[in-house]
Amino acid sequence: MRLLNRIGLALGLLATSVMAHAGPALDGIQEKQATNWHAIIMFCLFVALTMGITYWAASRTKSTADFYTAGGGITGFQNGLAIAGDYMSAATLLGLSAMVYGQGYDGYIYMLAFFAGWPIILFLMAERLRNLGRFTFSDITAYRLDQGKVRTMAAISSLTVVCFYLLAQMVGAGQLIKLLFGLEYKIAIFVVGILMMFYVIFGGMVATTWVQIIKACMLLVGGTLVMVLAMSRFGFSYHNLVQQATAVHKLGPKLMYPGSLLADPVTAISLGLGLMFGTAGLPHILMRFFTVTNAKEARKSVLYASGFVSYFFNVIFLMGLCGILIVGQNGSFFEGGKIGGKLIGGGNMVAMHLAKAVGGNMLLGFLAAVAFATILAVVSGLALAGASAISHDLYARVIMKGKASESTEIKVSKIATICLGFVAIVLGILFEKQNIAFMVGLAFGVAAAANFPVLILSMYWKGLTTRGALWGGYGGLVSAVLFVLFSKSVWVDVIGNKAALFPYTQPALFAMPIAFLLAFIFSKLDGSERAKAEIEAFEDQYVRAQTGFGAATATKH
Amino acid sequence: MSSEMYEHMRTNPKFQTLVAKRGRFAWTLAFIVLGMFYGFVLLVAFKPALLGRPIYQGSMVTIGVAFELFMFIFFWVLTAVYVRRANGEFDELTADLIKDAWKENK
Repeated sequence: MRLLNRIGLALGLLATSVMAHAGPALDGIQEKQATNWHAIIMFCLFVALTMGITYWAASRTKSTADFYTAGGGITGFQNGLAIAGDYMSAATLLGLSAMVYGQGYDGYIYMLAFFAGWPIILFLMAERLRNLGRFTFSDITAYRLDQGKVRTMAAISSLTVVCFYLLAQMVGAGQLIKLLFGLEYKIAIFVVGILMMFYVIFGGMVATTWVQIIKACMLLVGGTLVMVLAMSRFGFSYHNLVQQATAVHKLGPKLMYPGSLLADPVTAISLGLGLMFGTAGLPHILMRFFTVTNAKEARKSVLYASGFVSYFFNVIFLMGLCGILIVGQNGSFFEGGKIGGKLIGGGNMVAMHLAKAVGGNMLLGFLAAVAFATILAVVSGLALAGASAISHDLYARVIMKGKASESTEIKVSKIATICLGFVAIVLGILFEKQNIAFMVGLAFGVAAAANFPVLILSMYWKGLTTRGALWGGYGGLVSAVLFVLFSKSVWVDVIGNKAALFPYTQPALFAMPIAFLLAFIFSKLDGSERAKAEIEAFEDQYVRAQTGFGAATATKH
Repeated sequence: MSSEMYEHMRTNPKFQTLVAKRGRFAWTLAFIVLGMFYGFVLLVAFKPALLGRPIYQGSMVTIGVAFELFMFIFFWVLTAVYVRRANGEFDELTADLIKDAWKENK
């Protein structure tokens, strides 16, 4: 089996079907559950509603601005909800509540790391992003640099992030839906892929944003409801809850101590950096800064988004703690009725079991539908970000050199969406049995090391030249990918070697300085005429970044 | 046209005021957040036992949980403070600046 795996990887994607059959089973994933009709009915209602919105959005999506950024006409509040929606994936709800259930306080630390990037994005990036960008973040990096080369580089690293993230979401989606809805894995993958294509192709950013907004509201309401019902069992007293939880949990009082997850300082700091600056380099999140009218609304959207995100993380923390008692002490949620054994459906099902315990099948159905909707919405946002990197950056600016008409550009992005959809479906099916947990880490690592350094330097550092940007961008991309490839999670767990070549699982602490250093050195060494012109052009860019004068404004509907 | 406009704005002393004020404000807030967050990460790495202690004898609330909850709220308050000042004072200054530039351009 190991040998097959190795050969499979060596031959690349063509051989992944071999791995899919020979690879190790994903932890905690098992047989299909009984069909959950409550969940399916509620999900169908959600799909019907979002289809209606897509139909309405289709009539408003005519120009490229409509397609990529909803014409810049989304309000700060709506955009805040959509950003929060993009950020709170199914992994957040299920993974973090399970982490609190198993590790207690460690889960809460993770949540803070996920959250702390937002204020930084607001203080240092939000208004410059809105003032300089139009459709994709490459608009900013390529503002005064060589359009063709820099956009190609930014599009490649965008697509790398989008593909890894998309694949992780698809495989997670298939597994989750098999479990929650009792659907076949392949059917689940097809449903997600086809619906995503439908939203993006017909409704563009308008539909994608509204799908995200509706889902964010459902998630906030569903999570709050489960938390309130669960807390009522403890008289709404945190004191009672923690007292009882520490009494029964296998960690005992250590439940509320920082534990093994972040034991060594290098991993802790690297993870903190990766989560914080990775967020600031995710193409689908950055794209959300161009959907609002002006910098004022961009700032407001971060305020609302970070409010929702921080509220929801605290809800999840309480849900996880309640789960320790309500789920962890109830034999009917364990395989064979053995308390402390294996949870039915695997470790990630704590939030779902909790919903069932406190609100019966209706609430379970609702939360399952929310989880499905969440995956769908996040996948749509990712597909749109990937498609715009292909159509706006590669096709319209690099290949056609800005001479493509709006209608062909939209056509290209629709074709790109279909292609990405099929790639997602095919990869989702091929990687069904693979452990894909490292993919999200990889996506954040590449975002933090390839996208973020060049983006922030192009906004803040006058001296950045095309040569520096290319070395920084490609250097960050390659080093982040190599660090992950040589780390334990791929080199040992996937490829099957004995020891990891790189001792840490988090690449950010090492790959980010490499990117910054390369960008700095090669900009300084660049003495060409073109570099001088690029440095001079910074002055105008700087005034625009500060004042917003000349920035693209919202189109009227 | 817009290059001239940028030139007008750049030479306006109000532009320097705006950039200096907003820059100082944003970086101060950013350093507070970064300092507290990475300070906390270092505590997690080097002094985990301290974070596990209760805030007072007999309480179930540990120092770690209390500090984290405080950061969740405090960081959000800082975003609100920044948005308030940027959307008010700084945006008015910016609007002024653009008006001046238009006048000079005529």
